[in-house]
Amino acid sequence: MNVALVVVLFFLVIVGTVAFHFFAWDTGWWFSPLASNWSSIDNAIIITFWVTGFVFVVLSLFLVYCLWKYRYQRNRRSEYKPEDKKLETILVVVSAVAVAVLLAPGLSVWNNYIKVPKDAVTVEVLAYQWGWNYRLPGEDGVLGKTNIRNISDDNPYGLYLNDPYGKDDLIVQDADLHLQLDVNVKFLLRSIDVLHNFYVPEFRAKMDMVPGLVTYYWITPTKTGEYEVLCAELCGIAHYAMIGIISVDEEENYFNWLDQQMSFEQILAQNKIENKIIQLVEKKK
Amino acid sequence: MYDESNYKIEAKAYSASDTSVSPAEEPEQELYHSKSWWTTYVFSQDAKYIGIQYICAATAIALVGLILSVLMRVQLAYPELNVLDPTTYYQSLTMHGMIMVIFFLTALFLGGFGNLLIPLMIGARDMVFPYVNMMSFWVFVLSLLVLMASYLVPGGPTGAGWTLYPPQSITSGTPGNLWGLILMLVSVVLFIVGFTMGGLNYVITVLQSRTRGMTLMRMPLSVWGIFVATIIALLAFPALFVGGLMLLLDAVLGTSFYMPAIIATSNLGKDLSTGGGSPILFQHLFWFFGHPEVYIVALPAFGIVSDLFSVHARKNIFGYRMMVWSIIAIAVLSFIVWAHHMYVAGMTPWFGFFFASTTLMIAIPTGIKMYNWLLTLWRGNIRFTVPMLFALGFFITFLNGGLTGMFMGNVGTDIALSDTYFVVAHFHFTIGIAPVLVVFGAIYHWFPLMTGRMLNEGLGKLHFWITFIGAYMIYFPMHYQGLQGVPRRYFEMYDSVHATSSGLNEFITIITIVVAVAQLLFFYNVINSALSGKKAKRNPWNANSLEWQTPEMPPKHGNWGREQPRVYRWAYDYGVPGADKDYIPQNLSSKDIGKANVEKT
Repeated sequence: MNVALVVVLFFLVIVGTVAFHFFAWDTGWWFSPLASNWSSIDNAIIITFWVTGFVFVVLSLFLVYCLWKYRYQRNRRSEYKPEDKKLETILVVVSAVAVAVLLAPGLSVWNNYIKVPKDAVTVEVLAYQWGWNYRLPGEDGVLGKTNIRNISDDNPYGLYLNDPYGKDDLIVQDADLHLQLDVNVKFLLRSIDVLHNFYVPEFRAKMDMVPGLVTYYWITPTKTGEYEVLCAELCGIAHYAMIGIISVDEEENYFNWLDQQMSFEQILAQNKIENKIIQLVEKKK
Repeated sequence: MYDESNYKIEAKAYSASDTSVSPAEEPEQELYHSKSWWTTYVFSQDAKYIGIQYICAATAIALVGLILSVLMRVQLAYPELNVLDPTTYYQSLTMHGMIMVIFFLTALFLGGFGNLLIPLMIGARDMVFPYVNMMSFWVFVLSLLVLMASYLVPGGPTGAGWTLYPPQSITSGTPGNLWGLILMLVSVVLFIVGFTMGGLNYVITVLQSRTRGMTLMRMPLSVWGIFVATIIALLAFPALFVGGLMLLLDAVLGTSFYMPAIIATSNLGKDLSTGGGSPILFQHLFWFFGHPEVYIVALPAFGIVSDLFSVHARKNIFGYRMMVWSIIAIAVLSFIVWAHHMYVAGMTPWFGFFFASTTLMIAIPTGIKMYNWLLTLWRGNIRFTVPMLFALGFFITFLNGGLTGMFMGNVGTDIALSDTYFVVAHFHFTIGIAPVLVVFGAIYHWFPLMTGRMLNEGLGKLHFWITFIGAYMIYFPMHYQGLQGVPRRYFEMYDSVHATSSGLNEFITIITIVVAVAQLLFFYNVINSALSGKKAKRNPWNANSLEWQTPEMPPKHGNWGREQPRVYRWAYDYGVPGADKDYIPQNLSSKDIGKANVEKT
């Protein structure tokens, strides 16, 4: 009786595991709806679910079968067979094949992930404790050079003032980033302080930002809407609050937004005017 | 040069009739004998006592880790209770991780079961360097005190996460970025010093002190697991040692091993006077240790669970030689997979292909172990004792955790899942719950060896079912939070669309509290049984390995009385056709076993 209960409980754990999987899928405890080109990541994960799920069910049901069939009986002895070379060889070969089947889609995804299409537009993401700044290359399509030692209140990105490529760069500071639907984007990822990670669950993509390096990844937004940017690398006490918004727009809306953005040159000029006004006001006082 | 008359016990003359056992290569040496209460019970040099001391100390610190995890779970599910603030949350998270991985599991498996089992299982009287062994434990205690002292220093313990990634661990946006970090690093360095003393002991004892007839390929798999794990640890911990030391120098002296030119929040726009360092270098050093660390914990668990399956299923372990070689293969592979923790860390993208391939290859030797455990149960005669239940719980948990490793280890799928709750679920299954279930199984199994008494079986079964099913219900749903995109190490998710609604967080937290409280059953059982439990008879599980064949139960100082045992076979002759009983201990010679039809081992 006791033995039967043990076997039934183990059986229920396995049934429960599989049932929960489908229950979760049904309830929406599942991928957030995909909003980028990385359906291949989802597919690779789903293939892995099927292969590993199959292995899990087969091995654990075999376990439960053994538990019942070979439960202790006083007058029986277990089989004495220390090795079985043939069986062991078969199992090694089967496992190796399964590993290859799983590895292939994963490596193929990675190969696409690190090769950026030539037509991708560049967007720089600059992370800091604790928020997100962005920079777009402007009309020349080239981002100006930066150095962390140039950073000041006027120049939060550390651009070189004499670099002509930098002057038309669009500065999106402490605001939402907009992306154009179906246009390939290459994110250049920088950090000015500690490690961060630019992660948008709906895009599936992520990469650490490392101070001292520029890292990257690319996506194609495939669905309009607003998405949360989450920092996915512990970056200090307000890590959990480092949440931003990305909005994916149709062409027209995107260019409307783009027109409202200020270039680095405009910001510098505006700052100069503001500074002058401040000085004038102070003089009058 | 030595004078043989210095040795009080002389080597037994090799008897020509006994052809299956080779002669002793060295005469026996006189053991160290303690003279006072202090040197017997506190500064003990007897490996068995040191093992029990390690088990008790590691369990005590694990309770701290457990309480921290309950606090974090309550915070996650019920933020309105404000049990933690971001500072204490990140400190708890860091301390929980470091305590559980290093100070609990590493210390418990290698220091605890290594000391308890190695000499007894290989037929030795003690470790080869008993004094160093005693020092190892007390340096470990010192490291625990330093770790706990970080609660007393300004700023409290470090909140940098157990990975301690710079620059964040050093800069001012992180709690405990000076004193907390210093004490954490000093404590880890002390742990490594203590471990190295013990570790050299375990390796040399296995290589040099096996009794006559105990060839390497006759050793129980528990010893193999602990032996190989110790070798890995001796090779991997130095990477953490230098990595930690360099981090300490960066934090205290302002060297710049890891610190690139950065701007610190406290300096408001001013850059720090650092430059040229590489944060990724630390990650490589950390994970060069960190991945082998997984197997430092897993291999002893694999070894021990193999013995639990075999003894309690009354069957030979299936494919013993493959089991040994797979342990060695996992150990070798564990050194060339470390960067799978860093696929999205910004390292050279080409590493992804290499490390994904090596990582998934580990599934093959690990798979062999899973199959062989199953085939050990197949056609066995399975007794549902408490140790067997824990071994079965381990099997299901580790099967699940190993398979989710195929998601994490594969570079393409890891992009989406890295740094989410999927990772949290995966590593808690593999190096959290699975090894802990083995620890419990091992304690229920070897409790008679430690105390001479049996643990209460009914309480043990209750403890097993709550712990196993509870832990499973805690971590299995977390995979699905990870799929949704819930990132790990978030103090709070507010009303994010990725915050798991539908009560999943609350569910997990409630089960966590139930499982944590259920551990009281275990502690009650241990204390009560140690004082007044059922007296164990000699060799209570009818096992073959040598630790049960000592003249007294529990074994006395020197383990073997007048003469060390001789070994004639492997530890797995269960159910041999023609034998009188269903087990043949390792020290029975072919003359003692009648017509039993054993295979040559």
